[in-house]
Amino acid sequence: MIRPMLGALALMLSSQASAETVAIVDARLMTMAAAGEVERGTVLIRDGRIVAAGAGVAVPTGARVIDGRGGVVTPGFIQADSTLGAVEVSQVPPSADRATHSAGISAGFDISRGLNPDSILLPVSRLAGITHAVTTPLYDDRRGRELQFSGQAAVIDLAQQPDMVTRPRVAMVLEMGEGGAARAGGARGAAIVQLKATLADVRHFARNRAAYDRGGGRPQPLARIDLEALVPVVEGRMPVIVKVDRASDIVEMLTLAREEKLKIILDGAAEGWRVAPQIAAAGVPVIVDPIANLPRSFSELGATEENAARLNAAGVTLILKTGSGVAHRARELRYGAGNAVAWGLPHAAAIAAITINPARIFGVSNRIGSLESGKEADLVLWNGDPLEPLSRPEAVFVKGMQMPLTARPLDLRDRYMPAR
Amino acid sequence: MGSAAERTVLGAGRLVGAALLLAVGCVAAAQDVGGGDPFTSTYRPAPHPPLAIVGASILTGTGAEIATGTVLVRDGKVEAVGADLAVPDGYQRIDGRGKWVTPGIIDAHSHLGVYPSPGTPSHEDGNEAVSPNTAEVWAEHSVWPQDPKFRLARGGGVTSLMVLPGSANLFGGRSATLKNVPAVTAQAMKFPGAPYGLKMACGENPKRVYGGKGRAPMTRMGNVAGYRKAWIDAADYLRRWEKWEKGGKAGDPPKRDLQLETLAGVLKGEILVQNHCYRADEMAVMIDVAREFGFRIRAFHHANEAYKIAPLLAKEDICVATWANSWGAKMESLDGIEENAPMIDAAGGCAIIHSDDGLLIQRLNQEAGIAMTAANHAGMTIARGQAIRWITANPAKAMGVADRVGTLEPGKMGDVVLWSADPFSVYAVAEKVWIDGVLSWDRADPRYQGSSDFVLGQPGQEFAR
Repeated sequence: MIRPMLGALALMLSSQASAETVAIVDARLMTMAAAGEVERGTVLIRDGRIVAAGAGVAVPTGARVIDGRGGVVTPGFIQADSTLGAVEVSQVPPSADRATHSAGISAGFDISRGLNPDSILLPVSRLAGITHAVTTPLYDDRRGRELQFSGQAAVIDLAQQPDMVTRPRVAMVLEMGEGGAARAGGARGAAIVQLKATLADVRHFARNRAAYDRGGGRPQPLARIDLEALVPVVEGRMPVIVKVDRASDIVEMLTLAREEKLKIILDGAAEGWRVAPQIAAAGVPVIVDPIANLPRSFSELGATEENAARLNAAGVTLILKTGSGVAHRARELRYGAGNAVAWGLPHAAAIAAITINPARIFGVSNRIGSLESGKEADLVLWNGDPLEPLSRPEAVFVKGMQMPLTARPLDLRDRYMPAR
Repeated sequence: MGSAAERTVLGAGRLVGAALLLAVGCVAAAQDVGGGDPFTSTYRPAPHPPLAIVGASILTGTGAEIATGTVLVRDGKVEAVGADLAVPDGYQRIDGRGKWVTPGIIDAHSHLGVYPSPGTPSHEDGNEAVSPNTAEVWAEHSVWPQDPKFRLARGGGVTSLMVLPGSANLFGGRSATLKNVPAVTAQAMKFPGAPYGLKMACGENPKRVYGGKGRAPMTRMGNVAGYRKAWIDAADYLRRWEKWEKGGKAGDPPKRDLQLETLAGVLKGEILVQNHCYRADEMAVMIDVAREFGFRIRAFHHANEAYKIAPLLAKEDICVATWANSWGAKMESLDGIEENAPMIDAAGGCAIIHSDDGLLIQRLNQEAGIAMTAANHAGMTIARGQAIRWITANPAKAMGVADRVGTLEPGKMGDVVLWSADPFSVYAVAEKVWIDGVLSWDRADPRYQGSSDFVLGQPGQEFAR
């Protein structure tokens, strides 16, 4: 099925959400919606939107038909905790906009401004079925661990159009645990107290903006842009991605979130499985790298590749990611999810953890994350199990547009591939 | 130490073998230009019952795929492999039906033990980044056998690995080739009789590390000048020793120099050059440097651009140890492609998928599967039987141990992995791993999951692997 279909597709690619009707027929659908898995169904796309997804969907006359026999359709994958769009060559700083070491701006750093839709990483990642990313600021610790927050994350799309921001400022990013301790001078107790003091400052600022602007009120250690950026956090409107691994650090953060009425998302959580019931009870979602089983630090001694499966079994809402901040390896997302399945996570839960779960948690599930009528055509047709290295994407739609299955590494391959 | 002698030793009974090994060790430690190996392997596989894995699909590492077959292992060695083998009496029978068998996985590029977990400055012993030439250091003197990653790699089917110093220096030091067995000392992991490797590095790392300190090398031309200067010194050192030896060893021998001893070992063909080098143009320069001084490069490592000069590398018989997925972190790796290893393979070269990483070493089989799939998608024809060689027979060749490991052929070490499924599937896990015929990993039995001393009594270990 692979070769003939690809040829046909190549002729019909459109770079705009065109006014056409497309039907992907006879494929297995993993809808991530109420319809669940449909053994043999059709996804009908009109003018870039899904109008129907399921069995027994009639294909209108004149529709462009994509034969999905033997294939699987999933929503486009979402790479959480990524730097896609904000980095080109990791070790070439002018090509990377993922971090700041300016002491004058930490929480205020807005990664959604200054992204690069021409990044060659975007088509590479699309070939792995990734259509969106939660692009997340990193800390730049070249001058020491100075900044409390690394900035605000954004949901972006990989369509390579100028308007690549799906939703800006979706979360604040905060490292606690070992890293947070280092930022506070070397002790966890200092980091937590300092964080509470910062939040109190922000609340005070929010109540007394006018006095602050007059130069009155109490002195604030944070810059105005940082205070302003943290107001939605203390008001519970913006979640905080908290990077933390040790079980006891997780419990501390659950406690702090309750005390301060913060919405938090745990990120990393290598020992999350040890306190899974507490995380589930708090209704806090977790971003996990499913293959991270190394006791890399004293905060990750309990790391295991069964973390994802155990958290899921405890009822925690899961998001899977790979290689935090290493955007070049984003294409490993589906393999990471596959490994989670090998270690006990149900297959459908693994797909949910890279589609509908991140879409919901980052506030874009009205547009993407499932195959449902009304959503953007943001989906991938695979020639087999999407989590298998042995499978490849055959059609990728982002924001209603069918994307070419090309990328710079394939151009290099073709240039050097001997003629046969 | 000659590898022929080692083969004889390992083929003999255990006690005799031990005695011979000691004798060989003594001989090797005697004065000569290579300096010998004073840190002799003390690895002795335990006795084990003869073993028959029956009914599995077998990738032999020779290129063959046997749909349903049997592997017999006896006295630490592969005894026989075939589709219709009778299981002799007294053999422990392992049901392989529905499963897959491969040779033990071999990682030609690892920093396990020299950059252990947890990663603390106390443990970071991989880069002697004080001088661009530290050919005098030996990775085995940094290896911490309690690195918990050895066990995790065993769970990924890895039975042998080459531990290299880092790439900060033009000459990083000697490699350590290890069997991935639980041990308390590095000597007890050393692959008996494996030749040493010399880690060299091209490109950005040395020039960044030393240029950043305002000293040479600061540029790629500085790198090359650094190599050539060192080889000139090594050739001179070798000549002085040969002169003394040819003169009937009369008078005092030249003073030993640890750094030059290693380089001279390369010039004599006893130590294998393992060259971190990303760009095609730089690899071509390194080939010329090797020709200028009369040595051979055994393998280019990382080598993201190897596919651009695949015929040259095949002609020079230089292995390429690379990844499918790693690219773009720096300028010299920007042109990395998934099909790199397959394109080397298709040109008739020696393709290797390596890890350089504590996570990837646990799933080299999947990384090879990614490269294989990408190649077949591009219209190449790479069968499983060929792709498995990238993580078995070919790394064995790069490490100079292909006569003992890397394939399931009679007489080879009994390093065998039983996989739950097609090893290139993301769902395949290593169910059992035998090293020299000894069950060294059993996913279902904690008695065969030998944890390191470090994790003992640590939090979370009651369920963590």
